[in-house]
Amino acid sequence: MAEPSAVVQRRQGTVLLRGIALAYVGVLVLIPLAVITWQTVGDGWSTFWSAISSEQALTAFRLTGEVAVVAVAINTLFGVGVALLITRYRFRGRRLLGALADLPISVSPIVVGLALVLVYGPFNGWFGSTLESAGIHVIFSLPGMILATAFVSMPLMLREIVPVLEEEGIEQEQAATVLGASALQRFWRITLPTIRPALAYGLVLSLARSIGEFGAVKVVSGNVSGNNQTQTATLLVDERVEQLEPGAYQVAFVLILVTVLAIIVVSLRRPERSRESVTR
Amino acid sequence: MTLLDAARPASRAEDATHRPAQPEAPAGRPLGTVAGLGLGTAVLWLSLLVLIPLAAVVVKSMDGGWSGFWDAITAPQAQSALRLTVLSSLFVAAVNAVVGTLIAWVLVRDDFVGRRVVETIIDVPFALPTIVAGLVLLSVYGSSSPVGINLLGTQRAVVFALLFVTLPFVVRTVQPVLLALDRDAEQAAACLGAEPRTVFRRIVLPLLLPAIASGAALAFARAMGEYGSVLLISGGLPRAQVSSMYAFQQIQNFNFQGAAATATVLLLVSLIVIVGLDVLQRKVARRG
Repeated sequence: MAEPSAVVQRRQGTVLLRGIALAYVGVLVLIPLAVITWQTVGDGWSTFWSAISSEQALTAFRLTGEVAVVAVAINTLFGVGVALLITRYRFRGRRLLGALADLPISVSPIVVGLALVLVYGPFNGWFGSTLESAGIHVIFSLPGMILATAFVSMPLMLREIVPVLEEEGIEQEQAATVLGASALQRFWRITLPTIRPALAYGLVLSLARSIGEFGAVKVVSGNVSGNNQTQTATLLVDERVEQLEPGAYQVAFVLILVTVLAIIVVSLRRPERSRESVTR
Repeated sequence: MTLLDAARPASRAEDATHRPAQPEAPAGRPLGTVAGLGLGTAVLWLSLLVLIPLAAVVVKSMDGGWSGFWDAITAPQAQSALRLTVLSSLFVAAVNAVVGTLIAWVLVRDDFVGRRVVETIIDVPFALPTIVAGLVLLSVYGSSSPVGINLLGTQRAVVFALLFVTLPFVVRTVQPVLLALDRDAEQAAACLGAEPRTVFRRIVLPLLLPAIASGAALAFARAMGEYGSVLLISGGLPRAQVSSMYAFQQIQNFNFQGAAATATVLLLVSLIVIVGLDVLQRKVARRG
């Protein structure tokens, strides 16, 4: 083994690296989170409660929830379907489908919003005027917000499920087929149990991402408050900060709690060794 | 980067024998009626939600032909926003490549009280709603900073916000590779008298490079399009305006062509990054 002096040197190196890593994470993440928690708590419980229970805030939370749940439901159907298609079937353009379904993660949220407005906008959108004359409002209303949210969180479910299906292989499914299982039985008895943990992570991550979407929703929603409110929780935070209204920290704090909870759920359930992270 | 490559644990990419031979001989079945219908629905949805709208952006940017596009992206404010966006994203990617690798190293090779806490905290910036991330940074490094550092409206603030949201990317791509690394070569080198620094530079680093590169590229792509986290700390000042903020401003002024031109540039950059990553990963996989 190495000489004692080398061991000491090595130890010093380790401590130095550890110090740099902790300092970086501390200044960037830990201190800011601590400060915002401190400020929210410092403002007191009654301020907190009134900030998050005003009519406007409650509507914003409800709207955020509705948009997120519908978007996640769509993405779950799409994600499971496409994951099965690209891991279990062969067809022309299989790789392309995977690449395109992964594309939304690297598109700027403002670009997402703009793209949807250009197609579904009521005045000059490609399909917008037709939809409008049929009485269907997409932009500046709920469907547009759901589209924007579904767009940005589309790849998260896929990214969880595809590796699991690839890893697992098709032997069990083939065996089930040989033994006379129908396609539906094969899905419920073999495939679903295999992907269940990945499905759960995908759900949590997509939900967190959907609740937190801001830029794309800001463009398509028009940020209307009051009647026909299209203002979600993240938009409310933005408005309260920019208009110097009180209560931004409190709403933000609720969103932080939801996010941190989601991360803890995923990181506790994921086995440590094979753990690849939320981000990947 | 495609799902098929990206989603697989990076450690696998090192080992060509574990890779299903694709796309030459996929093990899958040909499409039946149900799967065919499913594929049709998926492609239709993808087209309506993603492909047609993104095509509309590119088409809109060409409203005034090439010269219209060129005028829109070379307008003074568009240009300075683009310069700030590209330069700060490059800088952020570079910082992440170094610090991200360092953090991944500490998380894998070091053990200390609170390691799991750090491990969990790494993901917070990624999952936090961007506007909340912006507010968090504003409350600490804004005009009423409790630590006495006021970055409001500076370009440094933009860089800081981008560093915040891109923190996990390199850490999370390097970590699995480092975990799966065979330590025999390192131990052999150490036995032969190599300094820890030499071992890292000559043995570990070359194996980590593809992961570092792909993590840095992801961070770069994310930084290029970032909006919510830089919005508040930029203070609305032109000198701290990034391209996504510029595009939003143009949308509000009903200058859709100008917004679309900037958006097209952002789309092109992310496309280049994605294709570049895919090429890199195939190269690594082939080298096996």
